Amino acid sequence: MAFLKRLPSVLTTLFGISVFVFVVLRVIPGDTITSSLGIETGVLTPEQIESLRKYYGIDQPLIGQYLSWMSSFLSGDLGFSYSTGAPVWDLTKSALLVTMQLALFGTLLGVLIGISIGMFSARKPGSARDFLGQFFGLLALAIPGFVLSTTIVTVMANKFQYFPNGYEYMTPFEDLSMNLQQMLFPSLVLGIAVAAPIMRTTRSALLETVDKDFIRTAYGKGVKPRVVRLKHVLRNSLIPIVTMTGIQFGYLLGGAVIVEKIFALPGMGRQILDAINKREYATVQSSIMVFAILFVTINLITDWVYRKVDPRIK
Amino acid sequence: MSNLLEIKNLSVVISDDKRVLVNDVSFELKAGEAVGVVGESGSGKTLSALSILGLLARGLRIDSGEINFQGKDLLKLSTEEMREIRGNQIAMIYQDPMTALNPVMKIGDQLMEVLDSHEHEIADRKAHILNGLAAVGIADPDRAFDSYPHEFSGGMRQRVMIAMSLLLSPQLLIADEPTTALDVTIQRQILALVARERKRRQMSMLWITHDLGVVANLVDRVIVMYAGRVVEVGTVEEMFKAPKHPYTAGLLASLPAVGNNREKLASIPGVPPKPWQVINNCAFAPRCSSAKDICFSHRPELKNNQTGSVACFFPLGGAS
Ligand SMILES: Nc1ncnc2c1ncn2[C@@H]1O[C@H](COP(=O)(O)OP(=O)(O)OP(=O)(O)O)[C@@H](O)[C@H]1O
Ligand SMILES: [Mg+2]
Repeated sequence: MAFLKRLPSVLTTLFGISVFVFVVLRVIPGDTITSSLGIETGVLTPEQIESLRKYYGIDQPLIGQYLSWMSSFLSGDLGFSYSTGAPVWDLTKSALLVTMQLALFGTLLGVLIGISIGMFSARKPGSARDFLGQFFGLLALAIPGFVLSTTIVTVMANKFQYFPNGYEYMTPFEDLSMNLQQMLFPSLVLGIAVAAPIMRTTRSALLETVDKDFIRTAYGKGVKPRVVRLKHVLRNSLIPIVTMTGIQFGYLLGGAVIVEKIFALPGMGRQILDAINKREYATVQSSIMVFAILFVTINLITDWVYRKVDPRIK
Repeated sequence: MSNLLEIKNLSVVISDDKRVLVNDVSFELKAGEAVGVVGESGSGKTLSALSILGLLARGLRIDSGEINFQGKDLLKLSTEEMREIRGNQIAMIYQDPMTALNPVMKIGDQLMEVLDSHEHEIADRKAHILNGLAAVGIADPDRAFDSYPHEFSGGMRQRVMIAMSLLLSPQLLIADEPTTALDVTIQRQILALVARERKRRQMSMLWITHDLGVVANLVDRVIVMYAGRVVEVGTVEEMFKAPKHPYTAGLLASLPAVGNNREKLASIPGVPPKPWQVINNCAFAPRCSSAKDICFSHRPELKNNQTGSVACFFPLGGAS
């Protein structure tokens, strides 16, 4: 029911993204031909270029290109990769699994670390422990993901000769233990990035909630302090934490692009990056659309969680 | 009758700058007695009450004093000992029912927490709670048990709060202006309800209000507070008949007279000072029509008389 009400805005968002991606790709200088042939393009005759453009379908007017892409996308056909000839959907399927796993683990770690440190900090505002917690938050915020990633890669590989990502990527179905090892560091990098804002949100939400009248009521009933903190304070602080987690999940999908590159994980980020370099319009457009759908789905899930967390939201 | 509660020289300050909010307050409450605490907004009524339960907000603390309850100084108890008293031997009904209940927890669960937090001999907890809800006039206790606070009106929520405070039949019930946030007809019902339950359970009670008229026929004695201090203590009859402190007289004069529909309220001109601004004078002197020089240079002590006590150099109706 609530989902149906959101449907128009969801569809509008997705439509906007599709147009945006489509236009931006064509504004970036160069096209499929120049990127696959490089400077060789210069020796082609205008007729040859024309026939190549026809072959790639980029001789059509933009509206026509957009409509033909959309109609095939909606019918489940994501197009083909020009460089490998493989259907984009086949590439996307396996890449999506990698990214989803990464994003899920990253979020989970981030929420776990963020809420714990937030609670640790908020327990005594202004104290040494609060300072410690906030210091972690700033640190995690200040260190860029790629620095942390490259540091981990260097230290683990050189000092400890432990670098699972040096081996070929394994899906969880092929080799679970290997897969988890390969996912550990990239998830941690993403998790730490996510933990910082979640920690700060948790801390301020908790501090706001402890001063509420109903917290005083809870203590006034003789409820044990630990129970008050978990069942009353944390429980009532979840709304902003859920919001922040939803937002961070979006950022995390972006951050995954870099982390996947450094840790050599064949995820959506790497797929899109490579495709952009090769001006593989079909691959980029369709992959980003899949990303967008994922993003919107996360938002819908966040909404659903709201309802679970706060009975006042109807 | 022995004293159930004795507050001695209680002072509450702001922790950071030690500004005083409740200043040297002393009073006692006998077992089974109902006492009203009256005073304008900001006079320190709520802070005094919260001090008893050890529930002062962050940033405030008790600077000095004793709070003896059944012979034990509550200020000397451990956190755990104090927790066992809250909700069990001393319970409180708060000023604003709209914010006093946890918005994301079912009412039944919130009531259940009282029983879960203390030792008692109640076998069927749910039945006990449903009875409690029915006793405060909630028509469908089963439904209320599974409802969230936002599904209820202010009056209904205050009934829930009352039911909550009565679950373990505390020896002392503190009601902090439980009806100010409600409309007039609901106010009367709630007051009658609390009064009835108090009688039935023979509880001692502290009624906090800024309206003397509200508690006139509910309490035995009245404590009048002004700018963080107690200025007069006396029996209800005596206070209505012959108030000693000019401030009490002013409060009485501002009550709407019964049967007089040209409700001409003689409210006291001016506003009370902040408690910490009062150093060496009578806090009420600037608003007092009978103030003399000494009232501006010396602070009147609370002195006993035949029926109570008063802090005034020139009490009404004769010498102190
Ligand atoms: N947390 C706080 N920090 C600083 N000052 C406070 C705090 N709580 C209360 N005060 C101040 O202490 C004084 C007494 O407050 P208190 O709540 O006890 O008044 P009250 O008599 O209950 O008034 P009301 O009738 O408005 O409820 C007021 O001046 C108030 O502004
Ligand atoms: Mg108050």
